[in-house]
Amino acid sequence: MLEKKMSCKHLEGISAVLDKNEYYQKFKAYRDKVLALGNDSLEKTIAVAVSLCLVCAVLVSFAAVALKPLQINNKELDMKRNILDVAGLLEEDTDINTAFAEKIEAKIVDLETGDYVENIDANEYDQRKAAKDPAQSIAIPKDKDIAHIRVKAKYAKVFLVKEGSSIKSIILPVNGYGLWSTMYGFLSLDADGQTVQSINFYDQAETPGLGGEVVNPNWRALWKGKKVYADTETGEPALSLIKGVVDNTKPGSQYQVDGLAGATLTSTGVTNLVRYWMSSEGFASYLKKVREVKS
Amino acid sequence: MSAVLNDETKKVLTTPLVNDNPITLQVLGICSALAVTSQMSTSLIMALALTMVTAFSSAAISAIRNHIPSSIRIIVQMTIIASLVIVVDQFLKAFAYEISKQLSVFVGLIITNCIVMGRAEGYAMKNPPLESFMDGIGNGLGYSLILIIVAFFRETLGSGKLLGFEVFKLAKDGGWYDPNGLMLLPPSAFFIIGLIIWGVRQWKPNQVEKVEFKIMPIAHGEGGHH
Repeated sequence: MLEKKMSCKHLEGISAVLDKNEYYQKFKAYRDKVLALGNDSLEKTIAVAVSLCLVCAVLVSFAAVALKPLQINNKELDMKRNILDVAGLLEEDTDINTAFAEKIEAKIVDLETGDYVENIDANEYDQRKAAKDPAQSIAIPKDKDIAHIRVKAKYAKVFLVKEGSSIKSIILPVNGYGLWSTMYGFLSLDADGQTVQSINFYDQAETPGLGGEVVNPNWRALWKGKKVYADTETGEPALSLIKGVVDNTKPGSQYQVDGLAGATLTSTGVTNLVRYWMSSEGFASYLKKVREVKS
Repeated sequence: MSAVLNDETKKVLTTPLVNDNPITLQVLGICSALAVTSQMSTSLIMALALTMVTAFSSAAISAIRNHIPSSIRIIVQMTIIASLVIVVDQFLKAFAYEISKQLSVFVGLIITNCIVMGRAEGYAMKNPPLESFMDGIGNGLGYSLILIIVAFFRETLGSGKLLGFEVFKLAKDGGWYDPNGLMLLPPSAFFIIGLIIWGVRQWKPNQVEKVEFKIMPIAHGEGGHH
């Protein structure tokens, strides 16, 4: 109640000030004139349209600006949750921020050389933003653009899970076009830069129930233990999604994952994005260096 | 307060629940009813969002109804509705991020939901703001009621859960229930809504529409080209 009274007083104060303002008086006079006009006159139609747009624009922008910090926070939390999930560190009662800060280390990698870039703050760097900035990105030649993403950031942001000083998992950002949407996700590998731990997509708009099953935990579990490269020396990725179910007794099954039933194009998209990002266009040189350091 | 619960208000609040339900009688807003009802949580949020938008847009449109030029009437209504939908969407993204991700495009599509537009054009343009607000709430509740019923069947039968809690123990977890996958797909909502409409019209036969035309038996020689 008190607050209401105070705000009323406030408003009275404002209107007292406004009443003295010459422009406000003009505005008031014009407003009264328009309100008295016939509804179908041209002037009134335009005046109503303009003022409605102004009011709505203020309302919408106010909501968008006022809620922005909360939304950004949510997005970050969601991203962290996805990274923890793909690293296999997500349990039901995990506090995401603390777990992320404790266990995950972000690093910037120069895709071309495969070296770490130390002069960029990894926590501030946004790879998706960088990919859109011509100064920080590289256009991908058409014949190499199997993932249909057109541009890639020069530097990628990878995440490492460490145990002591040794790496436990390497989490790599991947993206590529499916059927309807560019799918963004993470692929996590063992320290050998070869064995898949998990894959996860945090941003995709494939057909729910068909291609949208890329987020299905049961399907994602099939990736565990698969191998990316037939020969780690050449750095040519061999991993792909196949039609139907993988026969684990056959040779080469370690490079194969079940395709998504009823979603051939999404499955092809996933194969292509994995192949692209694991090739020398993507993380092949980085992974090679990781292996060298290890051995 | 007496003004809030006068007869007109009571009427606009309760008739949309069964007697003039936007989904079962007017058959409006079907698309979102199919899309978001595979889980109770998304249905509840969608129902709340639509109720808010309908109520506030009706109130706002009603407040300026005497000054809306008829030539831009629909655009004015759409502008108000669209602005409110964006505001609701922003709120969901800020306070219910997970659910807003699941609802994705369907929150934005409230703009095109015929219920909102229908109430604006059919009620708010002719009635004072408070009644229009209540009418919006009433119709939102009517929509919510159907969504909740559909979601109840789809989530329990389709995944053995309700609001994420286990109701039937699934066979794959060592229980007895083998979930019906069809219930998770949109067509199942068609069946359930169809059954609800049938049920309501059995109960209240005056809701059955008059036959607009009769199907004539095919006269000899006009049977098409077989």
